[in-house]
Amino acid sequence: MIIGIPRALLYHKYKHLWKSFFKELGIDYILSPDTNKEILRKGSAYSIDESCLSSKIYLGHVEWLLDKCDYILIPRFSDYSRNGTVCPKFLAIYDVVANIFRDRSINLLSYSINPKVTHVEMAAFLKLGKILNKKKSQSLYAYLNAKQVEKKAHLLEITEQERLLQENKLKILVLAHRYNIFDKYIGEPILNILREQETVPIIGDIAPQKEAIANYAQISETLPWVCNRELVGSIPIYKDRVDGIILMSAFPCGPDSLVNEILIRRIKDKPILNLMIDGQEGKAGMETRLESFIDIIRFKKDEQNGRN
Amino acid sequence: MEEIKASYPQLGNYCTPLELLFTEGFDVKYIVPPPITKKTLALGSRYSPDYVCAPFKYHLGNFIETIEAGANTLVQTGGVCRLQYYGELHEQILQDLGYRVNFVNMSKVQDTNPLTFYNGLKEINPQMSLQKIGKILPIVLKMFEYIDEAENFIRKNIGFESNKGAFEKVHADFLGDLRRVRKKKELKNTYRDYMKLFKGIEINKPADPLKVGIIGEYYTIMEPFSNHYLEKELAQMGIVVDRWMNVTNTLIHYPKKQIQKRIKNYAEYPWVATSMATIDRALEFARKGYDGIIHVKSFGCTPEIDAMPILQNISKDYKIPILYFTFDTQTSETGFNTRLEAFYDMIIMRKETKK
Ligand code: SF4
Repeated sequence: MIIGIPRALLYHKYKHLWKSFFKELGIDYILSPDTNKEILRKGSAYSIDESCLSSKIYLGHVEWLLDKCDYILIPRFSDYSRNGTVCPKFLAIYDVVANIFRDRSINLLSYSINPKVTHVEMAAFLKLGKILNKKKSQSLYAYLNAKQVEKKAHLLEITEQERLLQENKLKILVLAHRYNIFDKYIGEPILNILREQETVPIIGDIAPQKEAIANYAQISETLPWVCNRELVGSIPIYKDRVDGIILMSAFPCGPDSLVNEILIRRIKDKPILNLMIDGQEGKAGMETRLESFIDIIRFKKDEQNGRN
Repeated sequence: MEEIKASYPQLGNYCTPLELLFTEGFDVKYIVPPPITKKTLALGSRYSPDYVCAPFKYHLGNFIETIEAGANTLVQTGGVCRLQYYGELHEQILQDLGYRVNFVNMSKVQDTNPLTFYNGLKEINPQMSLQKIGKILPIVLKMFEYIDEAENFIRKNIGFESNKGAFEKVHADFLGDLRRVRKKKELKNTYRDYMKLFKGIEINKPADPLKVGIIGEYYTIMEPFSNHYLEKELAQMGIVVDRWMNVTNTLIHYPKKQIQKRIKNYAEYPWVATSMATIDRALEFARKGYDGIIHVKSFGCTPEIDAMPILQNISKDYKIPILYFTFDTQTSETGFNTRLEAFYDMIIMRKETKK
């Protein structure tokens, strides 16, 4: 049996967990490739036009996997948890995929995170193990092991980011959902341009999760979505060590449409760029926008240094 | 102390029971929000982020209009979806515009215990009494239900009235009289009397009229300006209009469990907001053999966008045409009318050939 994993949306958050879990259980899996033009094109063709870019990309990955595996992994999150709610997209995506591809004999494999159960994630993975015909002890071991791998990977990211923060270059905090900024087609080009321009991108989503969650309410009290809480909560952690902030969103992201506006209205001491991505922008245009933003940052910085 | 003059944005005709709740329950003056118009939308869009959903813009515009009409206390409710976060941004924008009002954001106390919730409510009027609220609340809720029931009846019959304007006239009188109601008995009598009047209006309905069901997102479906008065247009074409979505069926008696069960074949997991009801109603209209369904939503509404692939499957499975409308601040009148007319031509032709 082969499990297909779409390299989009929650993959970017849970890749270590998923891969190690399946590896430990000796289950074969296949990943869709990095997002490319063709994947986006197919995904868009299958999507309702107004869907957010991230979910269009996701459908493209699912489509790529269709005839290449036995099951496609699509986890599902409930509408609330201790840390906040999730974007409605994540509640629906399982059923959306099932309905869109129902004529192409698709088999979905899911685990559902239900906040009413204690050890929610563990319970979900044990269930998943059961569906895969594994003994409970096996699944438990695989899960705990995968959790370790995940933890190590996160710590590594944090250490690496701390090192980057020491660099003597302009630093720009990039606030974006992980699946957007780490997507090879829509996110990575932005990071590359920033690096080419001799600046250091600092990724908001890498911030230590607990600390970020403890922080968000300083900026926005009633913010409901976990993902955005983590991003907003990273601002107090990094703000004093960066020179500017980029808010990168996938068109027309629901949560970001409000959160970005709050941030622009409330954060007055750093230059902010609101960058909406629809997947159609050319490299040149993006370069110009980022360059002029970097110019503003440099100018402000020089001005401040002059004053001091 | 300055007199408290409170308000909540306009939605359909619900300002009538809200007025009762605010005046008799919260013991404050209620500012009836000005009706939603082009001006509301222009104001709201000017100060809102571009691609936020349209209800946010309508609410913002209407808040500004109510402030101009004298309100000094504005209430925003919590809710699911983006609505949960509307309040904080509305408050920020109004503040940045220089409006000094008491903004009561019920999102702050959402999902808390009843006591905290009540304390949140008290921000409207620190002097309010639980007793007064307890006394008026059942009447307020009943008023919502009666308005919904009357309007259900109107939607199904107004397209066939013999004397143009007959229903609208009685409807306006009904709402006007409801504003004077304070007691349960009065409410009941008013409702009964007016239902008699509604039923007495002369209509000329064919035996098998065209029937269209309307489904979709909460605000857009209930605030007629925001959907280009879709229901009125349909009625003028001589169509029975059916719409389940209203305050009674969602906020007062929402059959979540039953809905989940009924839509199992199309949606395995529960969803948020109105999308489950959208799917459930589409199924119901399809099964009942309606001639068509119209789905409405504001641009970018994620839950309703996600319901669409399912609606498309229902449309295929039950062979029922579904027309999809997305409304944003720039939806053109001509585009809307052209599509609606094409839809009408199609369903009427299908009906003819079926005969
Ligand atoms: S948070 Fe935004 S980008 Fe992510 S799935 Fe929801 S709408 Fe799409």
